[in-house]
Parts: sequence; C-alpha cells; structure tokens
Amino acid sequence: MPHSISPQSTQTLEADSPPAANPNPDLPSQDMSMSDASSPAAAEEQAKVNLEELFNDEDSDNEFSSSAPQVKFEDELSQPAPLKVSPRSQFSDPEIMRAFYQRLFPFRYLFQWLNHSPLPCNDFAHREFAFTLPNDAYLRYQSFPTADLFRKQCIQMLPSRFEIGPVYSTNPRDRKQLRKASAFRPLTKELVFDIDMTDYDEIRTCCSGASICPKCWAFITMAIKVIDVALREDFGFKHILWVYSGRRGAHAWVCDKRAREMDDQRRRAVAGYLELLKGGDGAKRVNPRRPLHPHLERSLNILKEHFQTTILHEQDPWAEEKSAHLLQLIPDVKLRDALKTKWDSSPSRPSPSKWADIDTLAKSGSLSMKPQQLLEAKQDILLEYTYPRLDAEVSKKLNHLLKSPFVIHPGTGRVCVPIDPREVESFDPFTVPTVVQLLGEIDAWKGQAETEDGKKVQDWEKTSLKPYVDYFRGFVANLLKDEKSGIKREREEGEPMEF
Amino acid sequence: MIRSDYSRVDPKRRANLNYKKKQFATAEFQQQQYEHRLNFYELPPTAEITLEEFETWAINRLKVLSELEACTFRNKTPEETAEYMTGILNKYLPLRSNSSSKSQALQDERRKDHYSHFILRLAFSSTEVLRRRFSRLETMLFKLRWLKDDVFERKDFVKGLNLDWDEVGEEEKKEILDKLMAAGGVKKGDEMDWFKVDWERVPELVEQRKVFVRRGKAFVPQREQMSLVVVEFTKRLDNALELTSRALPRLDEDDRLAPILAHLSQSFTAPDSAYSSSDANIDGLNVITANSIDTLSTHFPLCMQNLHQNLRANSHLKHFGRLQYTLFLKGIGLSLEECIVFWRQSFKLITDDKFNKEYKYNVRHSYGDVGGDANRRGRGYTPYSCQKLLTEPLPGPGQAHGCPYRTFTSDNLVALLQRTGINDWDVLKGVKEDVGKQRYHVACNRVFEHAHKREIKRVKDDGSWSATDLDTIVHPNTYFKRSWLLKHVGEGNVGVVGGGDRMEE
Repeated sequence: MPHSISPQSTQTLEADSPPAANPNPDLPSQDMSMSDASSPAAAEEQAKVNLEELFNDEDSDNEFSSSAPQVKFEDELSQPAPLKVSPRSQFSDPEIMRAFYQRLFPFRYLFQWLNHSPLPCNDFAHREFAFTLPNDAYLRYQSFPTADLFRKQCIQMLPSRFEIGPVYSTNPRDRKQLRKASAFRPLTKELVFDIDMTDYDEIRTCCSGASICPKCWAFITMAIKVIDVALREDFGFKHILWVYSGRRGAHAWVCDKRAREMDDQRRRAVAGYLELLKGGDGAKRVNPRRPLHPHLERSLNILKEHFQTTILHEQDPWAEEKSAHLLQLIPDVKLRDALKTKWDSSPSRPSPSKWADIDTLAKSGSLSMKPQQLLEAKQDILLEYTYPRLDAEVSKKLNHLLKSPFVIHPGTGRVCVPIDPREVESFDPFTVPTVVQLLGEIDAWKGQAETEDGKKVQDWEKTSLKPYVDYFRGFVANLLKDEKSGIKREREEGEPMEF
Repeated sequence: MIRSDYSRVDPKRRANLNYKKKQFATAEFQQQQYEHRLNFYELPPTAEITLEEFETWAINRLKVLSELEACTFRNKTPEETAEYMTGILNKYLPLRSNSSSKSQALQDERRKDHYSHFILRLAFSSTEVLRRRFSRLETMLFKLRWLKDDVFERKDFVKGLNLDWDEVGEEEKKEILDKLMAAGGVKKGDEMDWFKVDWERVPELVEQRKVFVRRGKAFVPQREQMSLVVVEFTKRLDNALELTSRALPRLDEDDRLAPILAHLSQSFTAPDSAYSSSDANIDGLNVITANSIDTLSTHFPLCMQNLHQNLRANSHLKHFGRLQYTLFLKGIGLSLEECIVFWRQSFKLITDDKFNKEYKYNVRHSYGDVGGDANRRGRGYTPYSCQKLLTEPLPGPGQAHGCPYRTFTSDNLVALLQRTGINDWDVLKGVKEDVGKQRYHVACNRVFEHAHKREIKRVKDDGSWSATDLDTIVHPNTYFKRSWLLKHVGEGNVGVVGGGDRMEE
C-alpha cells in the first residue's frame, strides 16, 4: 500500500484530506461536467486505474529513480478524459484545480529546479512546502521524497496555492521525533525578493489597493531592471528567476549555490544594499551619501528615462494640490516659495511642466543654494519616485516561505509565470493566461498527438503556457549544468585530501 | 590542567616525564614575548601567576568590561565612549605602544592583559548568554584599542595575522578608480589602497553600501580594515569560547580557582533594562480594558503614542507596529481577551473573518497563547525595551514602529511633540540637540521630566520617592508606570507612595 512510502503523509491524506480539501464536495455536478464520466461505474473504473497507478509509481520510486520512468508515468496520466470547461467555470472549482495539477503544472522541472540534480536527493526531500488548502487551512512542513509523490499529494489535496521554504537539516516531517530541537534547522534556500505594489501606493495615482493597470506595472518593470542588474554585476549571481506573482507584483529567486548558502546576516546585507528608501513619516525618504555609490549611479541612469515617461507623463504625481509633497522635497526655501506662488496661480499645470519649472525658476535667480545641491535634490526626488521598493523582510530571513512559481493566484486565477528579465519591457501581466483559459486551450488543440520524433505532446505544450514552461526548463537546465560542474570541481579538489 | 591524573605531578612538568604525552612540538610554557599591543589571544598563557594576581587581574578586566557595557546602555556615541573609557583603561588595564615605554613594563602590562582575558574566558564560557555577552564586550574593547593604536604598529600586527586578502593591483585600480572612490567616500589625498575579498566577509560594509562590489568581490578601502579584523577576532573568540565551555567540566581543579571563577561570573551583572513583570502591577490602576486605552494613552511614551495615533488615524498598523504595541499593552497589564477586543475594534475597516484569519493569531502568539512549546512556556515575548527599539531596523514606507526620536526627522519630531502637548521651546531645543547627538533616550527622558515637572518636584520635596525611583527610563513600560503613578500621587490608595519598594523592578 502506499502507506509504506511515507506513513505520516499518506495516512493523513487518506484519512482527512478529502473532507478537508472539499468543504462541500459537489460530486454529482462534478461528474456532470465531465461528458463521458457521468455514470458512477465509470467513475469507479477511474478510481481503480488511479489505484493501480499508485502501485506502479511506488515501484518506480524504489527501483528506478532515474527520470526516465517518471516521464512515462506522466505520459500515462496525462490522458484522462477531456475536461469540458465552460466559460462559467470558476478557477477555484475543485475539478479545475485537479485538472491543472494533473495536466499543466510542470512538476518535473520544479523538482529539478529545487533538487539541483536529476536524482532525488535531500535538497528536494528535506525541502519544506506549505500548502494553503481550499478551506484556507495552512499546512506547514510538508516534504516529499520525489516529484511524483509531491504531484500526487497536490492532486489529492488541491491546494489553492503552495509556498516553498528552506531545505532543513532533517526531513521536515520528522522534526518532532528529534531528540534535540537544534537538530532541526534551515540550511539553505534561494535568496528571494518580493516587490509588491502596496509599497507604491503613496506614489501611484492610477490605481490603489489590489488593482493594477499597465501604467503602474511600469513600476515593477523598473524595479526588476534595477535589481536584476545589481544582482548580476555586483554580486555575480547568474541564476535569477523572476516570477510574476499573479496579481500585482514580482518575486525573484536567486538560485546560485553561493546565494542559497547565505546566512541571515548576509541576506540582510544584500537586502540593505538594495534598499534605499528609509523612514515612514512622510519626510524626505532618500538621502544617499555623495558621491553616489556606483550601484545608485547605475540605477539612476536606468531610471532616468522611465522617470520622464512613466512618472511625469503617465502617473502625473503632482497634479493639483499633490504638488505640496514635491515642494516639501525641495531644500531651498526661496525656490520653494517661488514655485508655490507659481503653482498656486495655475494648479492645473501637469507634472512635466512643474518638474521643468524647478530649473527655470532656479535659473531666473530664485535659487539661494548651489546648483549642485539642487541637482542632487532632484536626483533624490527622482529616486524616491522610481527606485525599487522591496519588501525587505522577505529577503532577510533564511526560513521565509515564498509562493512557488506556476501556482495559480487565488484572487485572479492567473498562473504565476516566470518573467524573462531580458524581455521584461514586453511582459504584460494582462496577457498572462488564467487556468480556465489554459484548460480551454487543451480542449481546443487540434495538432498531432505525437511530434515527428515520436514523442507524445504534453498537455502544457498545447497551451499558451508553453513559452513560460520552455523558459523555465531552459533556466533549470542551465542551473543544473553549473551545479554539476561545481560538484565535479569539488570532487577533484577534494581528492588529495582523501589519500 | 585539563585532565586529572592520579600522580598529580605539576602539569607543566608532566610533559617532560613522558615524551609520548607531549602535546606540543616545542614547549610553549616559557614566557611569551608580546610583540604587539593588540592581541588576538590565540595562545593560552602558560606561565605561573599567584592566586592574588589571578583574582585582581580578572576583577580589573571585569571592571573595564562592565563600564564598557554601561556605555552602551547609556547610548553613548563611539567618541563619548572612547573618551570615557580612556581614564578607566589607564587605571585598570593600561596598554602602551611599543615606542612609549621601557620593555619590561610593557611586557608586564601586556601579560596582564593576556592573562586576564583568559581568566575571564574561563569564568564566562559556561552558558550561552554569558558567552555571547563576553564576546560582544571583548570585541568592543578590541575595537577601542584598535582605534587608538599607532598606524604602523597596527599594520605590523595585521601582517602577523595572516588573513588572506588580495591587494588591488595598480592596473585594476586605475580602471575602476572613480567607482572605488565614490563607493568608499574616499577623497583625493586620502590613502589610496584597497584590497579585494569575497563580499560575504564584509556584510556590514556591503549593507551600508560603503564598498564597491563587483562580481561577488568587495573592494575594501584600507581604513575599513578594522571591520574585517574585528569580524575575524569575534569569530575566533566565539569558537574558542565554545571549546572552552566543552573543556570546562573536565577542568582539573582543586578548590582554589572554582570559587573565584563562580564569583566573577556572578558579579558580571550590569544595569538591566529588561522588563519585569512587576511593571504590570500598578496599585490603584483598575483592571485595564480595551476601552480605557484611549484615556491611558496620555501616559504612553512617544513611541507608543505615535503608534496609537497612527492606529486611530488609519484604523490599521503594519506588522512590526502591531507587535511593538501589543507587547507594550501586554506589559501594562491588558489581558489577552481585552487585547483582542482592542485590536478588533481598532481595525474598523476589516471584516471579522479577515481579522480572525490574519491578525488574531499574531496577538495570541505575542501572549504565548499559541505557538511552539518554548513560546507558550515563556508566556510569549517580553515587551520591547528602548534598547531593542533603538537597534531594530528602521521603519519602511507606511510603517510606524520604532523610537520616533530616532526614526523621525527633527522637523516632524517637533511637530509630533507639539501635538502631544509639548510646546516649551527650551525643551524642544534640548530634544533636537539630544537627537542630533543620537542620544534618543535622553531626549525621551527630557520630555518625561518636562511633562511631569510639578509631580516630580512634589515627590522629591516630600521625600516619598527616592532617587532610584526617578532613575533614567530605559523601557517604555517603565515610562508608562512612572507617568501614571506620578499623575495619581495623592489620590486615594495611591497616595501612600512612601513604600519605595513598589517602584523597584
């Protein structure tokens, strides 16, 4: 029985999860929506098949843990009855979620990504996953020896999303059986960053709260550009995965070995290095030392053009009486008064003109401080309106959990797809597919079931999820390649020690 | 000295009796020569000293360390600390540079420094708390001495340490000179030398953007060398302390040293700014309910008033603000049930469902009602002290936690103070000066004394409160308690403040 695989997990699964996962199991209607599985007998037959597959799977786990049988296994499973998705289907419906985990979620690449090697090892097995179940219960400290067991549990529990935590020194499921609490501690995790639109609420004028529009997505684009280049050039990280968070933000996963092994102090250092805005009391937030640190200098150059378009023209942050904040940021009293008089007389002046006014009035003699100081003040303002606002606490702790790539955002139904930082400008959150749309695409697909070289076409390849999974696969392949050469080098260097 | 032996031969000679038991290739127990003023304390002392020396040297060093700790509690700036410590160091633990004195006296004081360090290491290695404290203070002492050391001797000392770092070559330097100078704040005419290390070794310099970082290497200016050396010092000391603690149970000791060591570690108690549960019991103050917080908030210190105002203005507080405020409220005696009611009522814009799901747990966790075993047994977290508030990260956008004297710009701080009714110009000016010197809690105490001028005078005049009752406030909960008691002196049962012990912590 599957019990033997990992007693704790499977028992809970079979005992509690169906009621927990399905607060109001609407079984009849679920069957209705599947055109050919409407009779109970057919359903029973399907259950039998599932059971058999469980057995198969167990074998492949114990004896052939290479990736080949796993592929086969996936092939078999991705042949369930076609699911009719009506336009009225809700993305949180259990059958939609089940189909998503069964047919679309790229478990295989997720496994490789976290495992850093094709063979299952502790990097994956001791990794914490945390499930948010459909009834909003939150299950921490889940862990799985292989991708298939992970997949199986997802299909059974249908989490509305799950998060990824650190690799622990022992299996997270065994944490309570340890004699010493100190034997259970987080060892490694990707260095993560979280950029969320909430932190921009005070400077964005187009939307507020949970909603976004293409105008404010530009903030995230700017942030990704600045952070990505700093991580690559300054810290020398290569494997940075940017992920759309599903609604109004982005996450970054820095997967280099060196980044994964950082302790809290180092994580805090990187976060501090990238953090610029300080203080929450409405005063001037950006006060960098001069001359500017090379990182800030470079960021300023990247952000300059965005400031003109995104901030001045699109956001128009100082319209009407909102110019008071701009005035507050100008250090020169004389100039401030001159500007105030001017803007009070014509409050409808758009922000670009107001920004230009600063220089015009300064030239015409309303400046009592050095031009250099004014230039620096203007740079500070520019940075305040464009520089990335990180949710730094997420980055500072080794054991912080972060939502996994490719899960579905429970609020929007969109898939949390990776963003290619080289093409971040063209990324549009509004074209990111929703799960309902993807399932519809599978059904609508009319191509060959096999490619020319005889491989079966995976379900995700039939949908608009394909480019994202392809990108992710490439990313993981690069990571694995580096990881492998790293191990080889270590082995070669280690050899003289052994003899 | 480590393992007991039946024959009880003088342990220093034992090695000579049987060469197989010899631990060191060369005998280390002759007098050590101290080349440098600074010392990494790598080799333990091996020569003999008298019991009296053992005790007095240790006490002298202890005196220095506790004064150093007191400086941090009083929030002194590094300059003030250095100035204050000069006299104390000269008296108890002088260390002069190579050029200044005759060689024998010099060797003697270095020997004392060396031996006293190792004696205290024995005394303070037993528990984790003591170890951490000892290592922190020793690091501070090392830093202090480093700063006062002669530049050339320092260079010599560093060379002897064999730390591996690369000098930046002339060619590379030329290529990125402007970046190096911008990052390090180096001006023309300063020392133009940098060295390259993995950035992981200088996290605090990276965090403050004080070094140029490229492809994982940090370019550290020569003058920042200190932080590198200090990190190394702490690392080695921590390791050594760990080893000492493991060796401690096997210490081959008669009853001469153990009492001295025990005594030393006991007397290593410094002014404690921790919260004590007696702060929660205030005579005459009725049971606090969620509804009485508004009235009581006039007695709150500025940090908590700020949170309260923010909460009332936005009907919301971000996580760290909630945590700080919840713990404070717990500290003044608000029960868990009332605290949940308080937050529920305060978050007006949030549905019951959202509140129960996202906020209630944290409040309960703070009270130790839920969470791991350790959390429950400790009945949750203790309320934050001023020291904690002054050292935690600064609030970000939309956050309001921390100490306003530290986090606010001086204009906004003055505006905030005026809103709470402090309009006296002299006080505000004093506050500004204190804040400028980063003496935040002096500013806070100044405000307290101003706001309770009359009451303080009264209790001083009639002698009902002793001087210790009016000591500097270093905990927000002490602020509240004292403020409340002062404002209610002479009312009913609170009038009998003569007891004195009531104010003890």
